[in-house]
Amino acid sequence: MQAQLSTKHLLGIKYLTEDDIQLIFETADEFKEVINRPIKKVPSLRDITVANMFFENSTRTRISFELAEKRLSADTVNFSASASSVSKGETLLDTVNNVLSMKVDMIVMRHPAPGAPQFLARNIKANIINAGDGTHEHPTQALLDAYSIREQLGDLSGKKIAIFGDITHSRVALSNIFCLQKLGAEVKVCGPPTLIPKHLPALGVGVEHDVRKTLEWCDVANVLRIQLERQDIKYFPSLREYSLYFGINRELLDSIGKKIIIMHPGPINRGVEITSDVADSEHSIILQQVENGVAVRMAVLYLLAARK
Amino acid sequence: MSNGRVILTKERFALTIDRLCHQLIENHDDFQNSCLIGIQQGGVPLVNRIHQRLLEITGATSIENGKLDITFYRDDFRRREKPIRANVTEMDFLIEGKNVVLMDDVLYTGRSVQAAMSALGDFGRPHKVELLTLVDRRFNRDLPIKADYAGLRVDSLDDAYVRVDWQEVEGEDQVLLFPQGNG
Repeated sequence: MQAQLSTKHLLGIKYLTEDDIQLIFETADEFKEVINRPIKKVPSLRDITVANMFFENSTRTRISFELAEKRLSADTVNFSASASSVSKGETLLDTVNNVLSMKVDMIVMRHPAPGAPQFLARNIKANIINAGDGTHEHPTQALLDAYSIREQLGDLSGKKIAIFGDITHSRVALSNIFCLQKLGAEVKVCGPPTLIPKHLPALGVGVEHDVRKTLEWCDVANVLRIQLERQDIKYFPSLREYSLYFGINRELLDSIGKKIIIMHPGPINRGVEITSDVADSEHSIILQQVENGVAVRMAVLYLLAARK
Repeated sequence: MSNGRVILTKERFALTIDRLCHQLIENHDDFQNSCLIGIQQGGVPLVNRIHQRLLEITGATSIENGKLDITFYRDDFRRREKPIRANVTEMDFLIEGKNVVLMDDVLYTGRSVQAAMSALGDFGRPHKVELLTLVDRRFNRDLPIKADYAGLRVDSLDDAYVRVDWQEVEGEDQVLLFPQGNG
């Protein structure tokens, strides 16, 4: 069994091997035990400084990364674009190089431009972790989603996972597709035709437009948010219509007649893609996903730090 | 690998384990306020064996025992050539105020024990911590650490390598000394 990742950076799930993903999961198992101890902290990263650079808004991911870093005893600095010199016209490379000259070892970055982390990895020395780049990838979210499914169902091989909602604008969807497929799961997406990229079948992903049929097929439903902030034109007539045709409610879920695990990466638009009684039901593992997020991110930080 | 010399045979191995058990009983009485903790990975078969023998000898029904992984506490993270995988930590009891017996198969530089003691601190404040080791390589210490109970004391050069085999893992209880390298 390998004990280290095949890569120095976490730019996307696309660049990980199945063994890398398994190693992250097994390491996360041990960190999950650590964060349930009375003292939830280990000294592994005590000589490491991590910069969290968020060029785009985030609550969950930023807090989750920061907690993961602190529980590994790393020093952290936080940066958010709105309160920085970026608004004065500084380039990304200049901003990051300025931070790096203060002896930072790792960068966790969220950026609206797809490929921004790849650009950094080519030009600077620190380990880069992609915390979401535009509509491209959000690898740690996909890892914690798959980790949460593994916790519920065991090995993912052969499991049927459906991703609902705005696939076109979702980095979570793309990372999830790569991750689940590498672990041997079957993946379908379901949403209005306008929100599903037309080349998706080339990735081996099934495309469906009927929510009921998809729910009957799947073991796990990962429901994504409608990303209104990324939609420059109208992709569907109204939120009400979307919710009527593509939303998941209790009545629909109960009529399926089997237990389906409901996931959501947050933030939830209650009453749009998912109703409150589904989000808060016994089917939902939304809060477990958040808890697992810290353990999985600790594993990623720890394993990348080991690669120097 | 081929030139290993057996320094503790199967028969002597059993005697040594029994002696360690009796020494523990002298100091810990009925183990009401004591617990046994094996350091991953070498200390785990040792703690299992000692626990089982203690139950047989004392007639007790259970003695608290667990395994402690020290991967995240090691002082050579990012400094060693070969990375190591984390192992399971299983301590489903409190160590606050207890007499803890830490166990490892071989005591060499003392760095694992140091890491284990910082890891232990994250589980509470024990009353007392003791160290039991099956093999004590007594002249190779990097840190001021010594074993309270030692099965076999070995004088060996830094180049040498000591390997402990277990019936349940390798098929035979024995301790081997290799004059050179990483058997």
